[in-house]
Amino acid sequence: MPATTLSKTAAHDPRVFDLDQLSLRELNQALHNLAPGSNETAWEVLNPKGSHSVAVGVDQPVAIDVRGSVGYYCGGMNSGSTITVHGSAGPGVGENMMSGSITIKGDASQYAGATGKGGLLVIEGNASSRCGISMKGIDIVVHGNIGHMSAFMAQSGNLVVLGDAGDALGDSIYEARLFVRGKVDSLGADCIAKEMRTEHLELLQGLLDRAGVTGVKPSEFKRYGSARTLYNFNIDNADAY
Amino acid sequence: MTYRNPPTTPRKSATFDDYTLSEIRRAAATGIYDIRGAGAKRKLPHFDDLLFLGASISRYPLEGYRERCDTSVVLGSRHAKKPIELKIPITIAGMSFGSLSGPAKEALGRGATLSGTSTTTGDGGMTEEERGHSKQLVYQYLPSRYGMNLRDLRRADAIEVVVGQGAKPGGGGMLLGQKISDRVAEMRTLPKGIDQRSASRHPDWTGPDDLEIKILELREITDWEKPIYVKVGGARPYYDTALAVKAGADVVVVDGMQGGTAATQEVFIENVGQPTLACIRPAVQALQDLGMHRKVQLIVSGGIRNGADVAKALALGVDAVSIGTAALVALGDNDPRWEAEYNELGTTAGAYDDWHEGRDPAGITTQDPELMKRVDPVAAGRRLANYLKVMTLEAQTIARACGKNSLHNLEPEDLVALTIEAAAMAGVPLAGTNWIPGKNGF
Repeated sequence: MPATTLSKTAAHDPRVFDLDQLSLRELNQALHNLAPGSNETAWEVLNPKGSHSVAVGVDQPVAIDVRGSVGYYCGGMNSGSTITVHGSAGPGVGENMMSGSITIKGDASQYAGATGKGGLLVIEGNASSRCGISMKGIDIVVHGNIGHMSAFMAQSGNLVVLGDAGDALGDSIYEARLFVRGKVDSLGADCIAKEMRTEHLELLQGLLDRAGVTGVKPSEFKRYGSARTLYNFNIDNADAY
Repeated sequence: MTYRNPPTTPRKSATFDDYTLSEIRRAAATGIYDIRGAGAKRKLPHFDDLLFLGASISRYPLEGYRERCDTSVVLGSRHAKKPIELKIPITIAGMSFGSLSGPAKEALGRGATLSGTSTTTGDGGMTEEERGHSKQLVYQYLPSRYGMNLRDLRRADAIEVVVGQGAKPGGGGMLLGQKISDRVAEMRTLPKGIDQRSASRHPDWTGPDDLEIKILELREITDWEKPIYVKVGGARPYYDTALAVKAGADVVVVDGMQGGTAATQEVFIENVGQPTLACIRPAVQALQDLGMHRKVQLIVSGGIRNGADVAKALALGVDAVSIGTAALVALGDNDPRWEAEYNELGTTAGAYDDWHEGRDPAGITTQDPELMKRVDPVAAGRRLANYLKVMTLEAQTIARACGKNSLHNLEPEDLVALTIEAAAMAGVPLAGTNWIPGKNGF
């Protein structure tokens, strides 16, 4: 890779990757080449211009600042890195994240955090439909609103929404916890409002703290989760499907 | 003495046959559709309806035990830095840990490795048993993403994006509560004992344009090393194959309706999708039309039973086949030695298909610790390897008789069909004629 296009000075300076000059392949390969304990802990990606698959499969605890908006699957399968997108994100941001965190300064498109196994996804703007679909342990905090069919078949983890939720929230939900501060257009099959107990208020406060949310109290939220009536097939529930 | 009119013999309806009547009674009693494992059981046009011509004056054969007949195949050379190199063109299809026991998965890995071929994970993630005992392991990327994780993705030898399967094109997975043990539940991040109805669509992409971006992501995550397969059920094989190629697949897997499932509705298995034989020529045609035949490899599965089936599939343009049901039988599934226990379950050896109930006497489709002890992974793996060896020898026998020094040199011109249906589907002449239905205006 041409040395002239890389700025690499001292260990504390970020390693800058300009996608106008280097390819996506070179960026991801460089991130995957990081050895455990590498002192290249700060990365900056310039000119993403909607590129897909920016910083996917990173498995080292580095910080990556993306200056601009990204396309599909930014931070996909992230394992331990801290990614900040200073723009908006396309579909599937943080899909199947294992650990670490991803923050989107703008809005996120469909399927944000889909099937995520762990880590924290923060969307400072709004998220579109199917946010947290099939989530499996990830925590998602959305400052704005989320679209329809969010948390569809959500298995575990927490989805926190400071704004409103669209139709069919939590359809066919399993054990994930949903906290919504605003209104919910409608709940999906087997999703019900649940009592907010002390343990949930504490959990929610922790999530808000981790997501850097201030001035919002856990008591302002309602909790939603599974009624668990569809866990084992019963013909008399067929109308619910 | 009174005269009695001669009675007519009691006649059962062909439409309302015994099976149909029993199913109506069962539905009326239970109020739920029948769920079972395996693939379509109805009679379908199949490889049995094709014959090889062999050699005569116009073609000369190769010596059976002396002249070489190559069986190897490379999968994934289109984009992957590390394609899969197999010694035989017969792979083991995806079957989940959860639907199968741990020892059964290990046996599949052992048998495949002994034979120089690959095995495949399933809708339940990758287990240590199969990774440890499979030299070449294909990791399925399914709508549920159960157990999907970065480490396993990187230690796989290939990735198979599963769009559908032949037993249920358009249907999702199903694993009923009785098979959800602690270990299965943990791998799938779900409570023990509940039904798991996997999604039928991927959660983060829809359609061929998205698939292209998804494949790009998987390649980027794995540094373009691993072949990426796209598996589809036998629905619209021409367009599905073409779209998979367009989306960037290295390998297309087409699974006909005889291909098995761990569990789905009987009505789905028997009434949705196309027979394997009907899927092959359209899929090959799509590759040829795109100039990608032999560049993107085609794997076909669904009802492959012996070396003749392998040879016929390859002659029609396939690069490799996959077996699931047959592999389970080689491990010991439906073995008559358990007949008394099959009878207790209301069935008989050879017909047992309630794989979802987890009570498999053969210890294969179960998570019961006592039943699964009946599978010795070493011995069962050996049986699978033996079976794969026999299939390969059978296919070579046929290929040499057709004068071919490689299984992949078999061609449609080596075949005729016994029925008009098979002739039309396979695009080969009806035996004794030069008539291919649908060709040349007829």
